[in-house]
Amino acid sequence: MNFRFAVHPHDNYKTDLGVSGASGLDIRVQNIRKEFSRYPALHDVSLNVISGELIALLGPSGSGKTTLLRLIAGLEFPTEGTIFFGDEDASNKSVQERHVGFVFQHYALFRHMTILENVSFGLKVRRHDRPPAAEIRKRAMELIDLVQLAGLEKRFPNQLSGGQRQRVALARALAIEPRVLLLDEPFGALDAQVRKELRKWLREIHDRTGHTTVFVTHDQEEALELADRLVVMSQGKIEQVGTPDDVYDRPNSPFVFGFIGESSALPVTVEHNELWVGGRAIGLSAPEAVDGPAQLYFRPHDVELIEGEACLAGVVVASRRVGGTRRVELEIGGQQQPVEIDLPFDHPAGEKSRIAFRPKRWRLFPDAAGQ
Amino acid sequence: MATESLSVDTATRPSRPRRVSATTERPAVKWTLIAIAVLFLVAVLLLPLFTVFIQAFVKGPGVFFAALSDPDGAAAVRLTLLVAVIAVPLNLVFGVCAAWAIAKFEFHGKAFLITLIDLPFSVSPVISGLIYVLLFGANSVLWPFLQSANLQIVFAVPGIVLATIFVTFPFVARELIPLMQDQGSGDEEAAISLGASGWQTFWHVTLPNIRWGLLYGVLLCNARAMGEFGAVSVISGHIRGFTNTMPLHIEILYDSYNFAGAFAMASLLALLALLTLVLKTFLEFRFGAELAATRRH
Repeated sequence: MNFRFAVHPHDNYKTDLGVSGASGLDIRVQNIRKEFSRYPALHDVSLNVISGELIALLGPSGSGKTTLLRLIAGLEFPTEGTIFFGDEDASNKSVQERHVGFVFQHYALFRHMTILENVSFGLKVRRHDRPPAAEIRKRAMELIDLVQLAGLEKRFPNQLSGGQRQRVALARALAIEPRVLLLDEPFGALDAQVRKELRKWLREIHDRTGHTTVFVTHDQEEALELADRLVVMSQGKIEQVGTPDDVYDRPNSPFVFGFIGESSALPVTVEHNELWVGGRAIGLSAPEAVDGPAQLYFRPHDVELIEGEACLAGVVVASRRVGGTRRVELEIGGQQQPVEIDLPFDHPAGEKSRIAFRPKRWRLFPDAAGQ
Repeated sequence: MATESLSVDTATRPSRPRRVSATTERPAVKWTLIAIAVLFLVAVLLLPLFTVFIQAFVKGPGVFFAALSDPDGAAAVRLTLLVAVIAVPLNLVFGVCAAWAIAKFEFHGKAFLITLIDLPFSVSPVISGLIYVLLFGANSVLWPFLQSANLQIVFAVPGIVLATIFVTFPFVARELIPLMQDQGSGDEEAAISLGASGWQTFWHVTLPNIRWGLLYGVLLCNARAMGEFGAVSVISGHIRGFTNTMPLHIEILYDSYNFAGAFAMASLLALLALLTLVLKTFLEFRFGAELAATRRH
């Protein structure tokens, strides 16, 4: 949906503003390398962001996700590589020229300005095509309305809650009708409840305005819920790019399996296309696997309890209730690292000291990669 | 302690245990500390200040005003104000530039630059004056050039201004560096991402963020610029009516046993200093709400 028409349907100044805030722009990051005083933060990263999508850069701290976002914004410049905005090479353009909306983790609101002045700032500082003062005010008020803060426009930032401040920051970024919207851990400083609300609300705003949106987060739940696609990063590299379903159901590396969602890992041996633990076949066959040691990954909730047949059997070492499920830690065949599985909290097996199970869905990674 | 002394305590003190917050001292401690602070302030600050004003008027207001309207005295007041008017704005600009460079950028030699800014604080003011005499005086290599250009620096107003700038340089920079380092560059990044130019960012975002620190630095700088004695004394040459600033004039009056005159001039200098403090308090009062809004965020 077109943001402009959604927000101000009858304006005629908008043709003068030149830049389209609607429908977004695709971004191509090609072979980017970034070093900070010889320390590499990103190694050869390439990524295509499709016009109008909401994409999440997800990874632990130090994975380079914020660096990548700042490179797209033009707040940093790559050591090597190219960034395209649509067909235009934006690599050497300044932040101002790139015309992006950037939302900071700690809001970065101008503390001496009211909310209205904050939101109007981007329009007021224009030199060539500045709209008339009344127009700026009208547009800022519409945006304040859009972020549901009508009535608070005369307040100062320190008179607002964290969630409200971040909404002001978003309105301020939208005011310049950016070509893309970039958010750096936008909800990172907020408490869980507010975070959930804002998440839903950001999705709605995105659907209304249609901006190409890139946001950084270390919260996988946030990324899985909010994003059209995820970019999972680790140690300055992209591990996997895909829809939330892809990344969750078909993780392509032990890192992604461990980082996205709950996971349990178990060292196994592959022999005759069968998986073995402690000299016992566990009833899983891997026709394409190479013989030798490997790591078996599965989701704790994605298991079936069975008796008698070839299976994984373990001694219960700990058991605790997590919401609607019971998480049981099992020690299998003298392994150092206990394995976790989830049971319904009232399942009779939860009382037992020995549980036998088999993962319903699982993946096998060669041992070297599992280390 | 509780079990042993309980029986004794209940006999001598009221039985209800006192409930005080962990960071609050007993009233005796509190009032002792306050009394020490007040006594100290009275003895060291207030008493001398009162003495200055009392001594100034001890021979009646006639002598007081005569001392100020004396041509040499009036010239000293004018020179002091002139020096402050030149030195303070220059140090304001230099101080903001230096603080900006140190707080917002990473570069080689940054630690050295910070040390350099502190130099005028660590060097005796007499030396500060002397280096300019050596640099621009009759024995320096620059002397022939200065002569041919007909530039008089030593024993003239330019020298006094230079020495004052040197001595008061750190005040603004020192006040701003920790403030700007603390604030980081997030606000500036936000401003440029919204399309603001470097100058607009400085004017609309950086400057408002630092204005209170800047004001404080400028007031301190001004107070020192008007009151500087050592450096100025070396370089001025003490030419009555021409290169005597107020502190130098006070010394001359005092040395010639004109105590009433000396104290009259001293009271005026003290008054100028008090005026800057009153100005600062007034501005803080006037913009108090805004000040509170900018401090906490």
